[in-house]
Amino acid sequence: MNQPQPVLAVSSLVKRFGSFTAVDDVSFELMPGTSLGIVGESGSGKTTTARILAGLERPTSGTVTLEGRAVGGRSRRDRLWQAGRLQMIFQDPYGSFDPRRTIAQSIAEPLRLHAPGPAERHRARVAELLDQVGLSTRAGEALPRDLSGGQRQRAAIARALGIAPRVLVLDEAVAALDVSIQAQILTLLDELRRETGISYVFVSHDLAVVRYITDTAVVMRHGRIVERGGTEQILRSPQHPYTRLLLDSIPSPDWDLERVARDRRALDAR
Amino acid sequence: MTLTIPRLRAKAARGRRRRPLTLVLATAFLVLVAAMGLLAPVLAPHSPDETSLLNALAPPGTEGHWLGTDSTGRDVLSRVMHGARLSLLAPLGVVLLSLVLGTAIGLLAARAGGWVDAVLSRGMDIVFAFPSLLLVILSVAVFGPGLTAPICVLAIAYTPFIGRVVRSVAIQEGARPYLESYRVMGFGELRVTLRHLLPNVLPVIIAQSALSFGYALVDLASLSYLGLGVRPPDADWGSMISQAQSAILQGSPWSGLMPGIAVLLTVVCVNLLGEHLGGSISGKRSEET
Repeated sequence: MNQPQPVLAVSSLVKRFGSFTAVDDVSFELMPGTSLGIVGESGSGKTTTARILAGLERPTSGTVTLEGRAVGGRSRRDRLWQAGRLQMIFQDPYGSFDPRRTIAQSIAEPLRLHAPGPAERHRARVAELLDQVGLSTRAGEALPRDLSGGQRQRAAIARALGIAPRVLVLDEAVAALDVSIQAQILTLLDELRRETGISYVFVSHDLAVVRYITDTAVVMRHGRIVERGGTEQILRSPQHPYTRLLLDSIPSPDWDLERVARDRRALDAR
Repeated sequence: MTLTIPRLRAKAARGRRRRPLTLVLATAFLVLVAAMGLLAPVLAPHSPDETSLLNALAPPGTEGHWLGTDSTGRDVLSRVMHGARLSLLAPLGVVLLSLVLGTAIGLLAARAGGWVDAVLSRGMDIVFAFPSLLLVILSVAVFGPGLTAPICVLAIAYTPFIGRVVRSVAIQEGARPYLESYRVMGFGELRVTLRHLLPNVLPVIIAQSALSFGYALVDLASLSYLGLGVRPPDADWGSMISQAQSAILQGSPWSGLMPGIAVLLTVVCVNLLGEHLGGSISGKRSEET
Protein backbone atom coordinates (compact mmCIF):
# COMPACT_ATOMS: atom_id res chain seq x y z
CA MET A 1 0.00 0.00 0.00
CA ASN A 2 2.74 2.36 -0.96
CA GLN A 3 1.33 3.53 -4.25
CA PRO A 4 2.78 6.96 -5.20
CA GLN A 5 0.21 9.75 -5.22
CA PRO A 6 -0.12 11.88 -8.37
CA VAL A 7 1.37 15.32 -7.73
CA LEU A 8 -1.23 16.88 -9.99
CA ALA A 9 -4.66 15.53 -10.82
CA VAL A 10 -7.16 17.18 -13.13
CA SER A 11 -10.66 15.83 -13.29
CA SER A 12 -13.55 16.71 -15.59
CA LEU A 13 -12.25 20.19 -16.26
CA VAL A 14 -14.65 22.37 -18.24
CA LYS A 15 -14.15 25.99 -19.25
CA ARG A 16 -16.74 27.95 -21.18
CA PHE A 17 -16.34 31.49 -22.51
CA GLY A 18 -19.92 32.52 -23.12
CA SER A 19 -21.36 29.85 -25.41
CA PHE A 20 -17.93 28.68 -26.56
CA THR A 21 -16.51 25.65 -24.77
CA ALA A 22 -12.74 25.96 -24.73
CA VAL A 23 -12.04 22.99 -22.48
CA ASP A 24 -14.47 20.09 -22.40
CA ASP A 25 -14.24 17.36 -19.79
CA VAL A 26 -10.47 17.12 -19.53
CA SER A 27 -8.94 14.74 -16.99
CA PHE A 28 -5.37 13.59 -16.46
CA GLU A 29 -2.89 12.78 -13.73
CA LEU A 30 0.75 13.64 -13.37
CA MET A 31 3.06 11.44 -11.30
CA PRO A 32 6.04 12.95 -9.44
CA GLY A 33 9.10 13.28 -11.62
CA THR A 34 7.28 12.56 -14.87
CA SER A 35 6.49 14.73 -17.82
CA LEU A 36 3.14 15.01 -19.55
CA GLY A 37 2.61 16.56 -22.96
CA ILE A 38 -0.56 18.35 -23.98
CA VAL A 39 -0.59 18.35 -27.75
CA GLY A 40 -2.92 20.10 -30.11
CA GLU A 41 -3.28 22.89 -32.62
CA SER A 42 -4.10 26.47 -31.71
CA GLY A 43 -7.67 26.60 -30.50
CA SER A 44 -7.59 23.07 -29.16
CA GLY A 45 -7.91 24.30 -25.58
CA LYS A 46 -4.42 23.35 -24.47
CA THR A 47 -3.35 26.84 -23.46
CA THR A 48 -6.62 27.41 -21.59
CA THR A 49 -5.98 24.18 -19.71
CA ALA A 50 -2.50 25.38 -18.79
CA ARG A 51 -3.87 28.72 -17.62
CA ILE A 52 -6.42 26.99 -15.41
CA LEU A 53 -3.62 24.94 -13.86
CA ALA A 54 -1.70 28.13 -13.10
CA GLY A 55 -4.77 29.75 -11.56
CA LEU A 56 -5.03 32.40 -14.28
CA GLU A 57 -8.48 31.19 -15.29
CA ARG A 58 -11.18 29.70 -13.13
CA PRO A 59 -12.72 26.52 -14.50
CA THR A 60 -16.46 26.50 -15.17
CA SER A 61 -16.53 23.10 -13.52
CA GLY A 62 -14.16 20.33 -12.59
CA THR A 63 -11.27 20.25 -10.14
CA VAL A 64 -7.52 20.62 -10.08
CA THR A 65 -5.80 18.79 -7.23
CA LEU A 66 -2.22 19.50 -6.18
CA GLU A 67 -0.66 16.94 -3.86
CA GLY A 68 -4.11 15.72 -2.96
CA ARG A 69 -5.46 19.17 -2.15
CA ALA A 70 -8.03 20.96 -4.33
CA VAL A 71 -6.81 24.32 -5.59
CA GLY A 72 -8.74 27.49 -6.40
CA GLY A 73 -8.69 29.24 -3.02
CA ARG A 74 -8.36 32.99 -3.29
CA SER A 75 -6.88 33.78 0.12
CA ARG A 76 -3.28 34.90 0.38
CA ARG A 77 -2.39 31.66 2.11
CA ASP A 78 -3.96 29.46 -0.59
CA ARG A 79 -2.36 31.59 -3.28
CA LEU A 80 1.09 31.14 -1.80
CA TRP A 81 0.57 27.44 -1.22
CA GLN A 82 -0.43 26.88 -4.84
CA ALA A 83 2.31 29.10 -6.22
CA GLY A 84 4.83 27.23 -4.10
CA ARG A 85 3.87 23.97 -5.77
CA LEU A 86 3.04 24.91 -9.33
CA GLN A 87 4.78 27.40 -11.55
CA MET A 88 4.39 28.35 -15.18
CA ILE A 89 6.73 29.29 -18.01
CA PHE A 90 5.21 31.44 -20.73
CA GLN A 91 5.80 31.33 -24.43
CA ASP A 92 7.07 34.89 -24.64
CA PRO A 93 10.18 35.06 -22.46
CA TYR A 94 10.58 38.76 -23.06
CA GLY A 95 7.12 39.74 -21.97
CA SER A 96 7.30 37.64 -18.83
CA PHE A 97 9.76 40.02 -17.16
CA ASP A 98 9.13 43.48 -15.78
CA PRO A 99 11.08 45.58 -18.33
CA ARG A 100 12.30 47.91 -15.57
CA ARG A 101 13.96 45.27 -13.40
CA THR A 102 17.17 43.41 -13.89
CA ILE A 103 17.03 39.65 -14.30
CA ALA A 104 18.53 39.14 -10.83
CA GLN A 105 15.94 41.46 -9.27
CA SER A 106 13.15 39.60 -11.04
CA ILE A 107 14.46 36.25 -9.82
CA ALA A 108 14.90 37.52 -6.25
CA GLU A 109 11.34 38.83 -5.94
CA PRO A 110 9.50 35.51 -5.63
CA LEU A 111 12.27 34.32 -3.29
CA ARG A 112 11.49 37.16 -0.92
CA LEU A 113 7.78 36.37 -1.11
CA HIS A 114 8.07 32.64 -0.57
CA ALA A 115 11.09 32.45 1.71
CA PRO A 116 11.53 35.71 3.61
CA GLY A 117 15.03 36.10 4.90
CA PRO A 118 18.18 38.19 4.78
CA ALA A 119 19.05 39.83 1.46
CA GLU A 120 22.45 38.16 1.59
CA ARG A 121 20.90 34.71 1.42
CA HIS A 122 18.64 35.71 -1.47
CA ARG A 123 21.60 37.06 -3.39
CA ALA A 124 23.44 33.79 -2.95
CA ARG A 125 20.37 31.84 -4.02
CA VAL A 126 19.94 33.99 -7.13
CA ALA A 127 23.56 33.32 -8.10
CA GLU A 128 22.97 29.61 -7.54
CA LEU A 129 19.82 29.64 -9.70
CA LEU A 130 21.51 31.57 -12.48
CA ASP A 131 24.31 29.03 -12.43
CA GLN A 132 21.84 26.16 -12.47
CA VAL A 133 20.26 27.34 -15.72
CA GLY A 134 23.59 28.24 -17.27
CA LEU A 135 23.47 32.01 -17.04
CA SER A 136 26.40 34.20 -16.01
CA THR A 137 26.28 36.68 -13.14
CA ARG A 138 26.63 39.32 -15.82
CA ALA A 139 23.38 38.20 -17.44
CA GLY A 140 21.76 38.59 -14.02
CA GLU A 141 22.68 42.26 -13.96
CA ALA A 142 21.16 42.87 -17.39
CA LEU A 143 17.70 44.14 -18.19
CA PRO A 144 15.41 41.71 -20.02
CA ARG A 145 15.76 43.65 -23.25
CA ASP A 146 19.53 43.09 -23.25
CA LEU A 147 19.25 39.30 -23.28
CA SER A 148 18.55 36.91 -26.15
CA GLY A 149 15.38 34.86 -26.30
CA GLY A 150 17.12 31.74 -25.07
CA GLN A 151 18.76 33.57 -22.16
CA ARG A 152 15.42 35.07 -21.16
CA GLN A 153 13.79 31.67 -21.17
CA ARG A 154 16.62 30.33 -19.02
CA ALA A 155 16.03 33.25 -16.66
CA ALA A 156 12.31 32.50 -16.58
CA ILE A 157 13.10 28.91 -15.65
CA ALA A 158 15.50 30.09 -12.92
CA ARG A 159 12.82 32.38 -11.53
CA ALA A 160 10.29 29.54 -11.41
CA LEU A 161 12.82 27.14 -9.87
CA GLY A 162 13.52 29.61 -7.08
CA ILE A 163 10.10 28.83 -5.67
CA ALA A 164 10.99 25.10 -5.81
CA PRO A 165 7.67 24.00 -7.29
CA ARG A 166 6.68 20.34 -7.69
CA VAL A 167 5.08 21.00 -11.05
CA LEU A 168 6.22 23.26 -13.86
CA VAL A 169 3.68 24.10 -16.57
CA LEU A 170 5.40 25.12 -19.78
CA ASP A 171 3.08 26.80 -22.27
CA GLU A 172 4.76 26.61 -25.68
CA ALA A 173 7.92 27.44 -23.78
CA VAL A 174 10.30 26.85 -26.67
CA ALA A 175 8.01 27.76 -29.57
CA ALA A 176 9.40 31.28 -29.89
CA LEU A 177 13.04 30.17 -29.92
CA ASP A 178 15.43 29.18 -32.71
CA VAL A 179 15.73 25.45 -33.22
CA SER A 180 19.29 25.24 -31.83
CA ILE A 181 18.27 27.24 -28.76
CA GLN A 182 15.19 25.03 -28.41
CA ALA A 183 17.48 22.02 -28.13
CA GLN A 184 19.55 23.73 -25.42
CA ILE A 185 16.50 24.63 -23.37
CA LEU A 186 15.04 21.15 -23.75
CA THR A 187 18.33 19.60 -22.60
CA LEU A 188 18.36 21.95 -19.63
CA LEU A 189 14.80 20.97 -18.72
CA ASP A 190 15.72 17.32 -18.98
CA GLU A 191 18.71 17.78 -16.64
CA LEU A 192 16.68 19.76 -14.15
CA ARG A 193 14.07 17.04 -14.02
CA ARG A 194 16.67 14.43 -13.27
CA GLU A 195 18.33 16.60 -10.62
CA THR A 196 15.27 17.91 -8.82
CA GLY A 197 12.51 15.38 -9.52
CA ILE A 198 10.22 18.15 -10.73
CA SER A 199 7.25 17.23 -12.96
CA TYR A 200 6.41 18.95 -16.22
CA VAL A 201 3.18 19.69 -18.01
CA PHE A 202 4.46 20.51 -21.44
CA VAL A 203 1.99 22.26 -23.70
CA SER A 204 3.05 22.29 -27.32
CA HIS A 205 1.97 21.96 -30.90
CA ASP A 206 5.43 20.65 -31.84
CA LEU A 207 5.43 16.86 -31.86
CA ALA A 208 9.21 16.55 -32.14
CA VAL A 209 9.61 18.64 -28.98
CA VAL A 210 6.93 16.65 -27.18
CA ARG A 211 8.57 13.38 -28.17
CA TYR A 212 11.85 14.52 -26.63
CA ILE A 213 10.62 15.95 -23.35
CA THR A 214 7.55 13.97 -22.31
CA ASP A 215 6.80 10.43 -21.09
CA THR A 216 3.06 10.49 -21.59
CA ALA A 217 0.87 12.75 -23.66
CA VAL A 218 -2.71 13.72 -24.27
CA VAL A 219 -3.90 14.96 -27.64
CA MET A 220 -6.52 17.70 -27.51
CA ARG A 221 -8.93 18.76 -30.20
CA HIS A 222 -11.80 21.24 -29.83
CA GLY A 223 -11.31 21.19 -26.06
CA ARG A 224 -11.54 17.42 -25.67
CA ILE A 225 -8.87 14.81 -25.18
CA VAL A 226 -9.03 12.55 -28.22
CA GLU A 227 -6.09 10.32 -27.44
CA ARG A 228 -3.84 9.58 -24.49
CA GLY A 229 -1.01 7.25 -23.63
CA GLY A 230 2.77 6.90 -23.74
CA THR A 231 4.29 9.58 -25.96
CA GLU A 232 6.37 7.12 -28.00
CA GLN A 233 3.42 4.86 -28.52
CA ILE A 234 1.08 7.66 -29.55
CA LEU A 235 3.56 9.03 -32.03
CA ARG A 236 4.49 5.62 -33.43
CA SER A 237 1.00 4.23 -33.82
CA PRO A 238 -1.57 6.98 -33.50
CA GLN A 239 -5.07 5.64 -32.98
CA HIS A 240 -7.15 8.77 -33.53
CA PRO A 241 -7.34 10.24 -37.07
CA TYR A 242 -6.56 13.70 -35.62
CA THR A 243 -3.30 12.51 -34.12
CA ARG A 244 -2.44 10.90 -37.45
CA LEU A 245 -3.23 14.18 -39.17
CA LEU A 246 -0.94 16.10 -36.80
CA LEU A 247 1.85 13.64 -37.55
CA ASP A 248 1.25 13.86 -41.29
CA SER A 249 1.39 17.66 -41.09
CA ILE A 250 5.07 17.57 -40.18
CA PRO A 251 7.11 18.44 -43.25
CA SER A 252 9.06 15.39 -44.47
CA PRO A 253 10.62 14.18 -47.74
CA ASP A 254 7.55 12.23 -48.81
CA TRP A 255 5.17 14.90 -47.70
CA ASP A 256 1.79 14.78 -49.39
CA LEU A 257 0.05 18.10 -48.83
CA GLU A 258 -2.95 16.98 -50.86
CA ARG A 259 -3.51 14.03 -48.60
CA VAL A 260 -3.15 16.12 -45.44
CA ALA A 261 -5.77 18.55 -46.72
CA ARG A 262 -8.07 15.71 -47.69
CA ASP A 263 -7.72 14.05 -44.31
CA ARG A 264 -8.47 17.34 -42.59
CA ARG A 265 -11.65 17.83 -44.59
CA ALA A 266 -12.73 14.31 -43.80
CA LEU A 267 -12.01 14.87 -40.11
CA ASP A 268 -13.84 18.18 -39.98
CA ALA A 269 -16.86 16.60 -41.68
CA ARG A 270 -17.20 13.97 -38.99
CA MET B 1 0.36 35.60 -27.61
CA THR B 2 2.14 38.39 -29.39
CA LEU B 3 5.70 39.39 -28.86
CA THR B 4 5.01 43.10 -28.91
CA ILE B 5 1.86 45.05 -28.51
CA PRO B 6 1.20 48.20 -30.52
CA ARG B 7 2.98 51.14 -28.99
CA LEU B 8 1.60 54.59 -28.41
CA ARG B 9 3.58 56.55 -30.92
CA ALA B 10 6.49 55.36 -32.92
CA LYS B 11 8.06 58.74 -33.60
CA ALA B 12 10.26 60.73 -31.24
CA ALA B 13 12.52 57.74 -30.71
CA ARG B 14 15.42 60.01 -31.42
CA GLY B 15 14.15 62.87 -29.26
CA ARG B 16 15.60 61.44 -26.09
CA ARG B 17 19.17 61.23 -27.20
CA ARG B 18 19.41 64.38 -29.27
CA ARG B 19 17.57 66.72 -26.93
CA PRO B 20 16.26 69.17 -29.51
CA LEU B 21 16.89 72.85 -29.01
CA THR B 22 13.19 73.64 -28.62
CA LEU B 23 13.07 71.31 -25.66
CA VAL B 24 16.05 72.93 -23.98
CA LEU B 25 14.53 76.37 -24.57
CA ALA B 26 11.14 75.27 -23.24
CA THR B 27 12.67 73.81 -20.10
CA ALA B 28 14.83 76.87 -19.57
CA PHE B 29 11.85 79.16 -19.98
CA LEU B 30 9.74 77.21 -17.50
CA VAL B 31 12.55 77.19 -14.95
CA LEU B 32 12.92 80.93 -15.48
CA VAL B 33 9.20 81.56 -14.97
CA ALA B 34 9.11 79.39 -11.87
CA ALA B 35 12.18 81.13 -10.44
CA MET B 36 10.63 84.51 -11.26
CA GLY B 37 7.50 83.61 -9.37
CA LEU B 38 9.41 82.19 -6.42
CA LEU B 39 11.80 85.10 -6.11
CA ALA B 40 9.34 87.81 -7.10
CA PRO B 41 9.52 89.62 -3.75
CA VAL B 42 13.29 89.87 -4.08
CA LEU B 43 13.68 90.35 -7.81
CA ALA B 44 10.73 92.53 -8.77
CA PRO B 45 11.85 96.12 -9.29
CA HIS B 46 8.61 97.51 -7.82
CA SER B 47 5.82 96.43 -5.55
CA PRO B 48 3.08 94.92 -7.71
CA ASP B 49 0.47 97.17 -6.08
CA GLU B 50 2.40 100.43 -6.14
CA THR B 51 0.36 102.87 -8.24
CA SER B 52 1.69 105.98 -9.85
CA LEU B 53 -0.90 107.85 -11.89
CA LEU B 54 1.71 110.14 -13.40
CA ASN B 55 3.38 107.14 -14.94
CA ALA B 56 0.23 105.40 -16.16
CA LEU B 57 0.29 103.45 -19.43
CA ALA B 58 3.99 103.87 -20.03
CA PRO B 59 5.14 101.82 -23.02
CA PRO B 60 7.71 99.04 -22.61
CA GLY B 61 11.26 100.24 -22.49
CA THR B 62 10.50 103.16 -20.23
CA GLU B 63 13.25 103.92 -17.73
CA GLY B 64 12.55 101.82 -14.60
CA HIS B 65 9.60 100.04 -16.18
CA TRP B 66 10.97 97.62 -18.77
CA LEU B 67 7.61 96.23 -19.66
CA GLY B 68 5.74 99.50 -19.14
CA THR B 69 2.96 100.27 -16.69
CA ASP B 70 -0.78 99.67 -16.61
CA SER B 71 -3.65 102.13 -16.41
CA THR B 72 -2.98 102.92 -12.74
CA GLY B 73 0.77 103.13 -13.22
CA ARG B 74 1.66 99.76 -11.71
CA ASP B 75 4.83 98.16 -13.03
CA VAL B 76 3.83 95.42 -15.49
CA LEU B 77 7.06 93.42 -15.07
CA SER B 78 6.63 93.25 -11.31
CA ARG B 79 3.01 92.24 -11.68
CA VAL B 80 3.81 89.54 -14.23
CA MET B 81 6.44 88.19 -11.85
CA HIS B 82 4.14 88.20 -8.84
CA GLY B 83 1.27 86.89 -10.96
CA ALA B 84 3.38 83.89 -11.96
CA ARG B 85 2.95 82.49 -8.47
CA LEU B 86 -0.81 82.05 -8.58
CA SER B 87 -0.81 81.39 -12.31
CA LEU B 88 1.52 78.42 -11.86
CA LEU B 89 0.55 77.18 -8.39
CA ALA B 90 -3.17 76.91 -9.04
CA PRO B 91 -2.84 74.75 -12.17
CA LEU B 92 -0.22 72.70 -10.34
CA GLY B 93 -2.76 71.98 -7.64
CA VAL B 94 -5.30 71.01 -10.29
CA VAL B 95 -2.82 68.69 -11.99
CA LEU B 96 -1.69 66.97 -8.79
CA LEU B 97 -5.25 66.37 -7.62
CA SER B 98 -6.46 65.08 -10.97
CA LEU B 99 -3.29 63.01 -11.29
CA VAL B 100 -4.03 61.14 -8.09
CA LEU B 101 -7.74 60.76 -8.83
CA GLY B 102 -7.27 59.85 -12.48
CA THR B 103 -4.53 57.32 -11.79
CA ALA B 104 -6.54 55.61 -9.08
CA ILE B 105 -9.71 55.46 -11.19
CA GLY B 106 -7.88 54.46 -14.37
CA LEU B 107 -5.94 51.66 -12.71
CA LEU B 108 -9.00 50.39 -10.88
CA ALA B 109 -11.06 50.37 -14.08
CA ALA B 110 -8.33 48.63 -16.04
CA ARG B 111 -7.56 45.95 -13.47
CA ALA B 112 -11.06 45.25 -12.19
CA GLY B 113 -12.73 45.20 -15.59
CA GLY B 114 -16.36 44.10 -15.89
CA TRP B 115 -19.02 46.27 -14.37
CA VAL B 116 -16.53 48.28 -12.28
CA ASP B 117 -14.82 49.35 -15.49
CA ALA B 118 -18.17 50.06 -17.15
CA VAL B 119 -19.37 52.28 -14.29
CA LEU B 120 -16.09 54.18 -13.93
CA SER B 121 -15.66 54.64 -17.67
CA ARG B 122 -19.19 55.93 -18.21
CA GLY B 123 -18.76 58.20 -15.20
CA MET B 124 -15.61 59.65 -16.71
CA ASP B 125 -17.37 60.07 -20.06
CA ILE B 126 -20.11 62.07 -18.37
CA VAL B 127 -17.67 64.38 -16.59
CA PHE B 128 -15.67 64.65 -19.80
CA ALA B 129 -18.76 65.82 -21.67
CA PHE B 130 -19.06 69.01 -19.60
CA PRO B 131 -16.95 71.99 -20.70
CA SER B 132 -14.55 72.45 -17.79
CA LEU B 133 -14.92 76.22 -17.76
CA LEU B 134 -18.67 75.90 -17.40
CA LEU B 135 -18.21 73.64 -14.38
CA VAL B 136 -15.81 76.09 -12.80
CA ILE B 137 -18.16 79.03 -13.31
CA LEU B 138 -20.91 76.91 -11.78
CA SER B 139 -18.72 76.20 -8.78
CA VAL B 140 -18.05 79.91 -8.32
CA ALA B 141 -21.79 80.52 -8.44
CA VAL B 142 -22.28 77.94 -5.70
CA PHE B 143 -19.24 78.44 -3.48
CA GLY B 144 -18.52 82.11 -4.14
CA PRO B 145 -15.28 83.56 -5.51
CA GLY B 146 -11.83 82.39 -4.50
CA LEU B 147 -9.52 79.78 -5.94
CA THR B 148 -10.09 76.73 -3.75
CA ALA B 149 -13.42 75.68 -5.25
CA PRO B 150 -12.31 76.22 -8.88
CA ILE B 151 -9.15 74.19 -8.26
CA CYS B 152 -11.10 71.28 -6.84
CA VAL B 153 -13.76 71.41 -9.54
CA LEU B 154 -11.18 71.69 -12.31
CA ALA B 155 -9.32 68.74 -10.82
CA ILE B 156 -12.49 66.67 -11.06
CA ALA B 157 -13.13 67.97 -14.57
CA TYR B 158 -9.62 66.90 -15.62
CA THR B 159 -9.73 63.53 -13.91
CA PRO B 160 -11.20 61.77 -16.98
CA PHE B 161 -8.52 63.37 -19.11
CA ILE B 162 -5.90 61.45 -17.13
CA GLY B 163 -8.06 58.53 -16.04
CA ARG B 164 -9.02 57.48 -19.55
CA VAL B 165 -5.43 57.47 -20.73
CA VAL B 166 -4.27 55.58 -17.63
CA ARG B 167 -7.01 53.04 -18.16
CA SER B 168 -6.18 52.36 -21.80
CA VAL B 169 -2.42 52.23 -21.23
CA ALA B 170 -2.89 49.99 -18.20
CA ILE B 171 -5.07 47.62 -20.19
CA GLN B 172 -2.50 47.54 -22.94
CA GLU B 173 0.40 47.00 -20.56
CA GLY B 174 -1.67 44.61 -18.48
CA ALA B 175 -1.97 42.27 -21.44
CA ARG B 176 1.75 41.60 -21.22
CA PRO B 177 2.55 38.28 -19.59
CA TYR B 178 4.86 39.64 -16.90
CA LEU B 179 1.90 40.80 -14.85
CA GLU B 180 0.37 37.35 -15.14
CA SER B 181 3.66 35.76 -14.22
CA TYR B 182 3.66 37.73 -10.97
CA ARG B 183 0.18 36.43 -10.25
CA VAL B 184 1.28 32.87 -10.93
CA MET B 185 4.16 33.43 -8.51
CA GLY B 186 1.62 34.21 -5.83
CA PHE B 187 1.78 38.00 -5.67
CA GLY B 188 -1.44 39.84 -4.83
CA GLU B 189 -3.27 41.92 -7.39
CA LEU B 190 -2.75 45.20 -5.53
CA ARG B 191 0.98 44.71 -5.21
CA VAL B 192 1.37 43.71 -8.85
CA THR B 193 -0.61 46.77 -9.95
CA LEU B 194 1.23 49.28 -7.78
CA ARG B 195 4.74 47.86 -7.91
CA HIS B 196 4.91 46.67 -11.48
CA LEU B 197 2.10 48.06 -13.61
CA LEU B 198 2.13 51.62 -12.25
CA PRO B 199 5.89 52.26 -12.71
CA ASN B 200 5.63 51.01 -16.27
CA VAL B 201 2.79 53.36 -17.18
CA LEU B 202 3.96 56.30 -15.07
CA PRO B 203 5.75 58.13 -17.90
CA VAL B 204 2.51 58.24 -19.88
CA ILE B 205 0.70 59.60 -16.84
CA ILE B 206 3.30 62.31 -16.35
CA ALA B 207 3.16 63.29 -20.00
CA GLN B 208 -0.61 63.53 -19.88
CA SER B 209 -0.44 65.59 -16.68
CA ALA B 210 1.91 68.05 -18.31
CA LEU B 211 -0.62 68.57 -21.09
CA SER B 212 -3.45 69.08 -18.65
CA PHE B 213 -1.31 71.63 -16.78
CA GLY B 214 -1.46 73.83 -19.86
CA TYR B 215 -5.23 73.49 -20.11
CA ALA B 216 -5.68 74.19 -16.41
CA LEU B 217 -3.55 77.32 -16.68
CA VAL B 218 -5.66 78.62 -19.54
CA ASP B 219 -8.94 77.70 -17.80
CA LEU B 220 -7.92 79.42 -14.58
CA ALA B 221 -6.67 82.45 -16.47
CA SER B 222 -10.01 82.57 -18.30
CA LEU B 223 -11.79 82.41 -14.98
CA SER B 224 -9.73 85.29 -13.62
CA TYR B 225 -10.29 87.16 -16.85
CA LEU B 226 -14.02 86.78 -16.28
CA GLY B 227 -13.43 88.27 -12.83
CA LEU B 228 -14.45 85.07 -11.04
CA GLY B 229 -11.14 83.66 -9.92
CA VAL B 230 -8.50 85.64 -8.15
CA ARG B 231 -9.78 88.50 -6.07
CA PRO B 232 -7.93 91.85 -6.04
CA PRO B 233 -5.44 92.83 -4.79
CA ASP B 234 -4.11 89.35 -5.60
CA ALA B 235 -3.27 89.09 -9.26
CA ASP B 236 -2.64 86.38 -11.73
CA TRP B 237 -2.08 86.71 -15.44
CA GLY B 238 -5.73 86.24 -16.30
CA SER B 239 -6.91 89.04 -14.04
CA MET B 240 -4.19 91.30 -15.39
CA ILE B 241 -5.43 90.78 -18.93
CA SER B 242 -8.94 91.48 -17.73
CA GLN B 243 -7.94 94.74 -16.04
CA ALA B 244 -6.04 95.84 -19.12
CA GLN B 245 -9.11 95.85 -21.33
CA SER B 246 -9.84 99.54 -21.01
CA ALA B 247 -6.19 100.35 -21.65
CA ILE B 248 -6.29 98.30 -24.82
CA LEU B 249 -9.22 100.42 -26.00
CA GLN B 250 -7.21 103.54 -25.17
CA GLY B 251 -4.50 102.37 -27.54
CA SER B 252 -1.95 100.90 -25.07
CA PRO B 253 -2.18 97.14 -25.39
CA TRP B 254 1.09 96.54 -23.51
CA SER B 255 -0.23 95.96 -20.03
CA GLY B 256 -2.53 93.22 -21.31
CA LEU B 257 -0.18 91.85 -23.90
CA MET B 258 2.64 90.99 -21.47
CA PRO B 259 0.67 88.65 -19.18
CA GLY B 260 -0.96 87.27 -22.34
CA ILE B 261 2.44 86.43 -23.75
CA ALA B 262 3.40 84.88 -20.41
CA VAL B 263 0.34 82.59 -20.55
CA LEU B 264 0.99 81.70 -24.17
CA LEU B 265 4.67 80.89 -23.78
CA THR B 266 4.19 78.94 -20.58
CA VAL B 267 1.46 76.78 -22.08
CA VAL B 268 3.44 76.18 -25.27
CA CYS B 269 6.53 75.21 -23.27
CA VAL B 270 4.64 72.90 -20.93
CA ASN B 271 2.98 71.19 -23.89
CA LEU B 272 6.31 70.78 -25.64
CA LEU B 273 7.74 69.20 -22.54
CA GLY B 274 4.72 66.94 -22.09
CA GLU B 275 4.81 65.82 -25.68
CA HIS B 276 8.48 65.02 -25.35
CA LEU B 277 7.89 62.98 -22.21
CA GLY B 278 5.18 61.02 -23.99
CA GLY B 279 7.42 60.61 -27.00
CA SER B 280 10.45 59.42 -25.09
CA ILE B 281 8.40 56.58 -23.64
CA SER B 282 7.52 55.23 -27.04
CA GLY B 283 11.15 55.81 -27.93
CA LYS B 284 12.31 53.68 -25.04
CA ARG B 285 9.73 51.08 -25.94
CA SER B 286 10.87 50.76 -29.51
CA GLU B 287 14.32 49.70 -28.29
CA GLU B 288 12.79 46.73 -26.54
CA THR B 289 12.58 44.16 -29.29
